[in-house]
Amino acid sequence: MSAPLTSLDRPNSYIGRSVPRPNAKRLLAGRGRYVSDLKLPRMLYAAFLRSPHAHAKIISIDIERARALEGVHLVATGADLAKICTPWTGTLDHFKGMTSSPQLPLPLDRVVWAGQAVVAVVAESRAIAEDALELIEVDYEDLPVVVDIDGAREAGGPLINPGSANNICFRSQLDNGTVDDAFAHAAHVVEEEFSFGRHTAVTLEPRAIVADYDPAAGMLTVHHATQTPYQFQDLYSRHYGIPEARVRVIATDIGGSFGMKLHVYHEDMAVVGLSILLGRPVKYVADRIESFVSDIHARDHRVRARMALDAKGEILAMDVLDLTAIGAFSTYPRTSVVEGNQVIRLIGAPYRFKNYRASLEVIFQNKVQTSQYRAVGHPIACAVTERLVDMAAAKVGLDPFAIRAQNVIADDAYPQTSPTGYRFEALSHQACLKRLHEMMDYDALRAEQAELRKRGVYRGIGIAAFVEITNPSPAFYGVGGARISSQDGAIVSLTPSGEVRCLISVTEQGQGTEAIISQIVADQLGLAQEHVKVVTGDTEVTPHGGATWACRGAGIGGETALRAARALKRNILEIAALILQEQPSALDIIDGEVVDAATRQQRLPIAEIARIAYFRSDTLPPGTQAQLTVGHHFAPQGYPFAFTNGIQGCSMEVDVETGFIKVLKHFIVEDCGRVINPMLVDEQLRGGIVQGLGAALFEECRYSETGQLVNGSLADYLVPMPMEMPDIVIAHVETPTADTELGAKGCGEAGTAAASACVLNAVNDALTPFGATINSIPITPAKVLKALKRF
Amino acid sequence: MSGFDENLLDEADETVRVRFVVNGRKVACEVAPRETLVDCLRNELELTGTHAGCEMGACGACLVQLDGRAVHSCLMYAVQADGARIDTIDGLSESGVIADLQAEFHRRNALQCGFCTPGMLVNANELLSQVAEPSREEIRDALSGNYCRCTGYEAIVDAIDAVAKARNEGGSAT
Ligand code: FES
Ligand code: FES
Repeated sequence: MSAPLTSLDRPNSYIGRSVPRPNAKRLLAGRGRYVSDLKLPRMLYAAFLRSPHAHAKIISIDIERARALEGVHLVATGADLAKICTPWTGTLDHFKGMTSSPQLPLPLDRVVWAGQAVVAVVAESRAIAEDALELIEVDYEDLPVVVDIDGAREAGGPLINPGSANNICFRSQLDNGTVDDAFAHAAHVVEEEFSFGRHTAVTLEPRAIVADYDPAAGMLTVHHATQTPYQFQDLYSRHYGIPEARVRVIATDIGGSFGMKLHVYHEDMAVVGLSILLGRPVKYVADRIESFVSDIHARDHRVRARMALDAKGEILAMDVLDLTAIGAFSTYPRTSVVEGNQVIRLIGAPYRFKNYRASLEVIFQNKVQTSQYRAVGHPIACAVTERLVDMAAAKVGLDPFAIRAQNVIADDAYPQTSPTGYRFEALSHQACLKRLHEMMDYDALRAEQAELRKRGVYRGIGIAAFVEITNPSPAFYGVGGARISSQDGAIVSLTPSGEVRCLISVTEQGQGTEAIISQIVADQLGLAQEHVKVVTGDTEVTPHGGATWACRGAGIGGETALRAARALKRNILEIAALILQEQPSALDIIDGEVVDAATRQQRLPIAEIARIAYFRSDTLPPGTQAQLTVGHHFAPQGYPFAFTNGIQGCSMEVDVETGFIKVLKHFIVEDCGRVINPMLVDEQLRGGIVQGLGAALFEECRYSETGQLVNGSLADYLVPMPMEMPDIVIAHVETPTADTELGAKGCGEAGTAAASACVLNAVNDALTPFGATINSIPITPAKVLKALKRF
Repeated sequence: MSGFDENLLDEADETVRVRFVVNGRKVACEVAPRETLVDCLRNELELTGTHAGCEMGACGACLVQLDGRAVHSCLMYAVQADGARIDTIDGLSESGVIADLQAEFHRRNALQCGFCTPGMLVNANELLSQVAEPSREEIRDALSGNYCRCTGYEAIVDAIDAVAKARNEGGSAT
C-alpha cells in the first residue's frame, strides 16, 4: 500500500476511506431525477418509424395520413432535418486513410441497417406518436445485404457505400522487431482463431433526451442522459448553427451509461432538430426494442493469432490479424475503429517480448454501428493473449501461474515501452500474480479439481492478467481533430456560511464521482465531507471538460479538484493571516477551523473568514481583495495514458451433460494507483466483472441472414442475473502515478477487461480431460456441447 | 381540420376513470384503456420513483406493491388496478417500512445509477416478508427477476442478508 496523501488519523482525511455516497440517498428514496422522468410545460413526444430492411433504397414516403392524425404536431423526414442540420462524418485524422459516409439525423434515400430511424413523428403523447407511425407508408426497394465479415470482404461482393471500392473502413499495421525470425527459431508455436460476438450495453434506463429550443431567446437547452455534456454542447452548436454559449446541455441522473451514451445517435440529433422546427420541448425515450436496434453494439471481432516461445516457455513473438465489423457507418465523433486499434495495441501488454506484428481491418456491414463500450478492446486483447499463454503453458508443460511469472514485465523494470508503442510508467504484475495465487488458495483449488474429476465433476480454474488504459491525454481524440477535451475544470468556492461548493466537469453515472470529488476537496481543505457540495453535469454551470469516460474521473477530475482545493485553501489562509496577523504558512485548516499549523490550536472558524470577506470587507486591510472562488483546469501531462494492471482468476464448474457453466467464485487483484474510496473501487470492479461475465457466457446480439436482430428484447437477450453470478473476492496493489499529486488512475474497466478471458481459460481447463477446446465468446451451453461433440 | 380518421380520434380520446389508494391516499384519474399501470403511476400521478426498463416483465424496475404484494406495474393495465391499494417506492420510503433496507443499501453502496434500486427494494421487502432468514442462494434466487447492470449484485445480496439477520435479532443492521 502506498502512503496516504494525508494521515488517515487526522480529522477530515478522506482519501483512502470507504465513505458512502452522499447523493445515493435520493436514489434509494425513489427521488432520482432521470431524463426519462422529465416533463416540461408544452412538451411533445417523438417516436420513430424504423426500417424493416437491413439495406434498401427509399423510393417514397407517404406521411399525409400520419400528419392528419389529431394530436400530431409534426412528421419529419430526412429531407426536413437536412435543411437545418449539417451532416457529420465519423472519422479522425490520426487514423490515416479511414473512411465513413456522411450521416444525417434521418436518411434521405437509403437505409443501411434494420432498425434505422427513417421518419419522426412528434405528438401530444408517445402513444399518439406511435399511432401515427402506423399511418406512414414507406416504399423500399431491397438492396443486397452484407451481414458477416466474410461476405463484406468478398471481392466483387455487394458494397455498402455506393462509389467506394470495397467495404473497408480502416486498415492498420504494427510491426516491431523480427517476427518472422522469432517464429522460425521458436521451440514452440501456438496458434488459434478466436471469435467475439456482438454485445451491447443494456443500461437499465434506455437512452433519453428532452430538447427544448426557445426561438425567442435563440437558446437550445438539452436534457440529455449522457456522460459527456460538453461534447454534445459543441456538437449541437456546430451542427445546428447555434452559438455555443446559447446551447446548454444538462445531464442529470442517468440510469447507466458504460460508454454507450457518449456517442451521437441519429434519433438524438433528430430530436434537437424537431424541437428547433417546433419551438417546443420534445422528448424521446428509446423503448427496449429500440435500444437493442439503435444503441451502439461492441466487439464483433475475429482474431487469428499465434505466439512463439523458446524451449523454456519464454515468449518470443506474437503475430496477430484482427478483423472487426462495425456496421454501416463509423460512429461520431469517437469513431468505430478505436476498439480494433486498442485490440492490436493491448495484445501481449503484460509480457516482456519485443517482436510483435499485427494487422487490423475494420469492415462495414449492414448492422447497427459498433463503438466504444466499457473496456474498449481490452476483453478481446486479453482473451487472445491469455488463451495463447495458457495454450503455450500446456505445450511447454508449465503451470499457468508459472508461465506468467516467467514472462511478465518485472515490477522493478519500469518504465517500459511495449512493442506496440505504449509507454508504461509503473505496473505491478509480479505482485498481483503472487497475491492472486494466495488469495485463490490455488494449490488447494487444483487438488480439489483433481479429486472431483475422479467423480465426474468437471471444474475449471482460469486466470488472466491485464493492462488497462486510463487517464487519456489528447493523444486519444484531440490529436485526431475531435473536439473532445482531455482536461477537466473545477470551480471551488467558500460560501458565505463557510461551506464549500465545487462545480466540476467530470460527471456522475452512479460510480461515485461526486462522492470522491467531495472526499478530495474536504480532505485537502480540512472540512467535514458533508460541508462540501459537488455539482456536475450542466454546461451552463460547470466548467468545460472531458467529463467521464475512459476511466478519467478519479485520475484527471480528482487531480483537478485537488489542485483547485489547494488553491482555495491558500486564499482562505491568506485572509486568515491578515485577520490573525500571522504568516499564512503558520496556519492550517482542520475541521473547518483555522488552526496554528504547529500546535493545531483553534484560531478562527472559516465561516468567520467567509463572513468578514463577504460582508465586512471594510475591516480588512486596504487593498485586500479576498478571492474565495477559485477556478482550476488540469490536463494530464507526462505519460499519454496512465496504464493500470491486475489479474483475475475464477473457478467454475461445467456440466458436461447440459453444457451449463456455473461460475463458483471470481477473484481480482487490481492496481489502480491511489485508491480514494476503497468501497467504490471494489464496486466498480464487481460491476465491471459481472458485465464481463455476461459477455463471456450469455450476451450476444444475434442476427438472421437478412440482417434482422433476432433477440432484441430483455427476454431473448440474456444478461447476467443475480442467481448466475458468483461472489467476487478483491485485493489491491497500489502503484500511484507520479504524473499527478493525487496519484490515482482509473478502475472502471478493469473488471470487464479480463473477466471473459478468465472464463475462457477456466472453461478450457475444465474441458482438458475431453481434449475439447473453445475459442469463441460467448461460451454458450450449445458451444460447450459442440466442443464435447455431444451436439 | 381535415381528413383525420374519426375512429382513430375516438379511440385515442377514450378514457376510463379509475380510483386507487396510492401510498395511503385516495386518488382518481382518467386513463386510456391501453395505459399500463407503470405509465399511469409515472405520467398521471407523477410518481417517477417507479421505473420502466423493459415493459415486458423481465427486469423488475417497475415493481410496486399491489394490495401488499409485489407486482410488475408494466404487465398490468391501469384499469385492471382499479380499486386496489398501491404502494410505490415513494410511499414505502415515507412510511419508513423499508428504512433499514435503504440504510443498509446506502452503507454498502448496493446501488450505482439507482435505476434498478426502487424495484430491488420492493422485491427485497417482499422476500423478507415471506422468508424470515433467507440464505444467500435464496436471496440471489429471489432477485433473479431484478436486472442490475451496475453493481454486480453482491452488495445488494449482502445488504439484504444483513437486514434479514438484523430484523431477526430485532435490531438494526448497522
Ligand atoms: S419494466 Fe416491468 S419488468 Fe421491466
Ligand atoms: S444500480 Fe444501475 S442498474 Fe442497478
